[in-house]
Amino acid sequence: MTDGLWLDGLRLEQDGFRLSADLSLKPGQVTAVIGPSGEGKSTLLSAIAGFLAPVAGRVVWDGQDLTQIPPGSRPISILFQDHNLFPHLTVNQNLGLGLHASLRLTQADKAKVERVLDRVGLADLGDRRPGALSGGQQSRVALGRALLAKRPLVLMDEPFAALGPGLKAEMLDLAVEVLGSAGRTLVMVTHDPEDARRIADAVVVVAEGKAMPPVPTQALLDDPPEALRRYLGREVG
Amino acid sequence: MARRPIPLALGLPRWPGAIAAWLVLALTLGTLCIVALRAGTGQWLGPADWAAVRFTVLQAAASSAVSVLVAIPVARALARRRFRGRSLLVTLMGAPFILPVIVAVLGLLAVFGRGGLLNGVLSAIGLPKVSIYGFHGVVLAHVFFNLPLAVRLILQGWLSIPAERFRLVATLDLAPGRFLEWPMLRAVVPGIALAIFLICLTSFAVALILGGGPRATTVELAIYQALRFDFDLAGAARLAVLQFGICAIAAVLAWTVTLPQAQGGGLDRVVQRWDGGRLTKVGDGAVLILTACFLLLPLAMVVTRGLSGLAEMPISIWPAALRSVLVAALSTILCLGLALTLAMRRGGALAGLASTLPLAASGLVIGTGLFLIVHPFTNPARLALAVTALVNATMALPFAYRAIAPELARVEGDYGRLADSLGLRGWARLRWLIFPRLRRPIGFAAGLSAALSMGDLGVITLFATGGQETLPLAMYRLMGAYRMDAAAGVALVLLALSLLAFWLCDRGGRVDD
Amino acid sequence: MKLHLTHVAGLFLSASIAQAQEDPVLTIYTYDSFVTEWGPGPVVEAAFEATCACDLQFVGHGDGAALLARLQLEGARTDADIVLGLDTNLTAAATDTGLFAPHGLTPALDLPIAWDDATFLPYDWGYFAFVSDVSVTAPLNFEDLAQSNLSIVIQDPRSSTPGLGLVLWVKEAYGDRAPEIWEALADNIVTVTPGWSEAYGLFLEGEADAVLSYTTSPAYHLIAEGDGSKTAWAFEEGHYMQIEVAGVLQSSDVPDLARSFMAFMVSPGFQDEIAMTNWMYPAVTPEGGLPDGFETLAVPGSALLLSGPAAREIRDEAITEWRDALSR
Repeated sequence: MTDGLWLDGLRLEQDGFRLSADLSLKPGQVTAVIGPSGEGKSTLLSAIAGFLAPVAGRVVWDGQDLTQIPPGSRPISILFQDHNLFPHLTVNQNLGLGLHASLRLTQADKAKVERVLDRVGLADLGDRRPGALSGGQQSRVALGRALLAKRPLVLMDEPFAALGPGLKAEMLDLAVEVLGSAGRTLVMVTHDPEDARRIADAVVVVAEGKAMPPVPTQALLDDPPEALRRYLGREVG
Repeated sequence: MARRPIPLALGLPRWPGAIAAWLVLALTLGTLCIVALRAGTGQWLGPADWAAVRFTVLQAAASSAVSVLVAIPVARALARRRFRGRSLLVTLMGAPFILPVIVAVLGLLAVFGRGGLLNGVLSAIGLPKVSIYGFHGVVLAHVFFNLPLAVRLILQGWLSIPAERFRLVATLDLAPGRFLEWPMLRAVVPGIALAIFLICLTSFAVALILGGGPRATTVELAIYQALRFDFDLAGAARLAVLQFGICAIAAVLAWTVTLPQAQGGGLDRVVQRWDGGRLTKVGDGAVLILTACFLLLPLAMVVTRGLSGLAEMPISIWPAALRSVLVAALSTILCLGLALTLAMRRGGALAGLASTLPLAASGLVIGTGLFLIVHPFTNPARLALAVTALVNATMALPFAYRAIAPELARVEGDYGRLADSLGLRGWARLRWLIFPRLRRPIGFAAGLSAALSMGDLGVITLFATGGQETLPLAMYRLMGAYRMDAAAGVALVLLALSLLAFWLCDRGGRVDD
Repeated sequence: MKLHLTHVAGLFLSASIAQAQEDPVLTIYTYDSFVTEWGPGPVVEAAFEATCACDLQFVGHGDGAALLARLQLEGARTDADIVLGLDTNLTAAATDTGLFAPHGLTPALDLPIAWDDATFLPYDWGYFAFVSDVSVTAPLNFEDLAQSNLSIVIQDPRSSTPGLGLVLWVKEAYGDRAPEIWEALADNIVTVTPGWSEAYGLFLEGEADAVLSYTTSPAYHLIAEGDGSKTAWAFEEGHYMQIEVAGVLQSSDVPDLARSFMAFMVSPGFQDEIAMTNWMYPAVTPEGGLPDGFETLAVPGSALLLSGPAAREIRDEAITEWRDALSR
């Protein structure tokens, strides 16, 4: 019970909206958070990342209580739906922020940035600004930064939603490939069961004010519980 | 998911803003208290004072309304037209705001006065002459001074609407006016109108000269009279309190009509619009040409008048110019520091108060209060330039704050969580997020405060002795010694320096455009 | 340790010697235009320092009214030994501050009126007058002006010394009829400015036919600019005077030096310079007479002046009458 993410009796409230979560995720796994729109998938991620203080309960990582720790000091990287890059900084600088917030980079740091750039397939684009990149390339930079930041837990709040289906699938694969193989624990919000099926080991269903404990993806999608069934509708055969 | 989570910790500290706010409160309300404490008791306000209040409020309200109403089409035309010389026009149009009052008034009279250009044209085509003196003259002059400010601030509002939004309304075939511009104006205009109202509230030379007589007495003139002629500190303090009272009422009114605005961020692309045909193009052109004539002709007169006086300027104006530049530089740094730290408090009531009070503060009361504080300890002349820089910074703060705070809020709204998640805090946050994203408003605010400080003739008169004159003071002293030509030359130098300072800072903020 | 003490003592000693060798400083507060490089300040300073073995420091503070306000702000702590540049409309208030000491001098003065103030001593004087272009037909008096179509710019009596002088002028000349005169003048007044500079600037820019200034103003244009086109109107009622004075402060740490300056002030070293630098009449006419050009100036038939206390007495009433008449 000490390893990985543990949401210990977490209760969230915001503008009359409530969500409770009492679950734990194994380290190194890819978990999809799935559920109807407006049920609080993003809110849950916000609370884990530290942008929303819970009214009760704790967020625990590897036995360490994170609840009082500010977002930047948590062992967590997060990819938002948009605004994942600073448009006024170059790709290299955006990546460098994953290493040091002060952007004072040593030669070794610069070499690391270079390697990651290569790893996400953006070699030679380091001096560009995000505005000069395509949507897919911007996503690669964000993934690269999460890879550079030595933070074991990566939260993804549908960062690839704006990309086409092919590109989105490509990015998800890349995320698992670079982050998963680096031993990161991935939690991704999605509204598409195909995303979950593609990369997730387990699925957390958020519905009716509750985030349910994770269930292995295959099992869940093959035999969805009532709440999920209603959401998935005809998609589940 | 429209809900925005409440952050646990802020990436920018709030305490520097608290220090800045208390400093400004001490400079505005604190100095007033000092003056009031030194004063004995006296009678409350007489009928003449109430007449002054009525005139003050009426002219300020009219001036502010006209300025804003005219500024909206001008800003709109500037927002949607790209033409050669546009940025030069924007810079030049800002000049009246930063000119010393008497220079601008003489320029204005050269166009609209009894023997001015306008009446020359009118009589040439056989029409009767028009007189600028009267209530309309006061409004005209205040519009001349404040239109550029209103245009700039509203223009910023326009530019803050992301290009993506215009694309969206164009696709949906909606009117951008109703869906984008009107909400933006509702959010931006009341604050600008309030600022201009308050600027006009504390005007006195313009109101008196163009008002054409003692009817055009403002509260500030009464304060001046109480302090300089009657040495009636109690009276001055009472009038200053009254002025703050009017300011408070106006502020409450403005805040009740302001609608908060939530604009998402767009990537840095040039604003492009898909509405409007040939007709709006012609309309925009006409609006811009008329405005440019109204604002630039008086300036041109200042320039032509000054050119002949350049040769007659005494050598001593160059050290004075250097002193002015130094004061302006110091004042700009202070002002930006105050504005940024206050903006970092993000909408706190204290920040709102501190960024509005200086508009209603009487420079003379602040100067007198500071004098009473400083004099027991040291010779005030020793602190003249530092005090001048500090007070000028405070006086320019409302404008700097209004340029910076909304942009800071927007940047924090768009990128705050990303920065938080990366642990970008304190200096790193300023260095890598705030400064680069706020280049434009910071440059504008810096230019404005530098130029305002350059042309200011407030506390310096109370603190400086003969050897410490700044350029505006040198100009007044030349006028006082019949040397009107030399003074006109100095006015030109002042105009050039102010514009240069403004242009340099403003340009610096827009290098990426 | 001993060495250290000796060292410190030595420092003190040398400092006090330096002090003793330094000339005493005489600080004079005056208005701005007095100390400018073309004003009387530099010449006067050089002339007095040549005789006094002292360091004379002029400190400029705005205009006459600002000067008094400044003094009141500083009170007895003031650094000033002498205040130079008040006028007779301010002397009553200045005397009441209790900050001034008697000057103890009885020089022979060339003023149109007798002078017997024990606290303040005049150094120059002039008459208020309307100044216009010579081509304008000059009105003979205020009533004539009111009936004409001539336009004038005046200063606000609440913020300017000439403005106050004009209001007292009309009051002294017309007494209870003053409000009537102001009402008649209302349509001649183009506008009212906060100070002399703005009014004079407006006049030179052609905004009005005439401006309230001094009978000596045309002398500046004539002598300094070689421009004889300006003239002052001589009014039959007589002209209100402005007498500029200086006084010694009670708190002065060099009272003897201050008094010797006061004596110097009414001597040729000071008086001979005043006409061409301050553009006023000197309080003591120079032996060689006034500078060329001054003989062309309008000389009023009679001089009007309220005593200090009388001026203060009547001031508020006169200003109220002025304001009410012009506000109508």
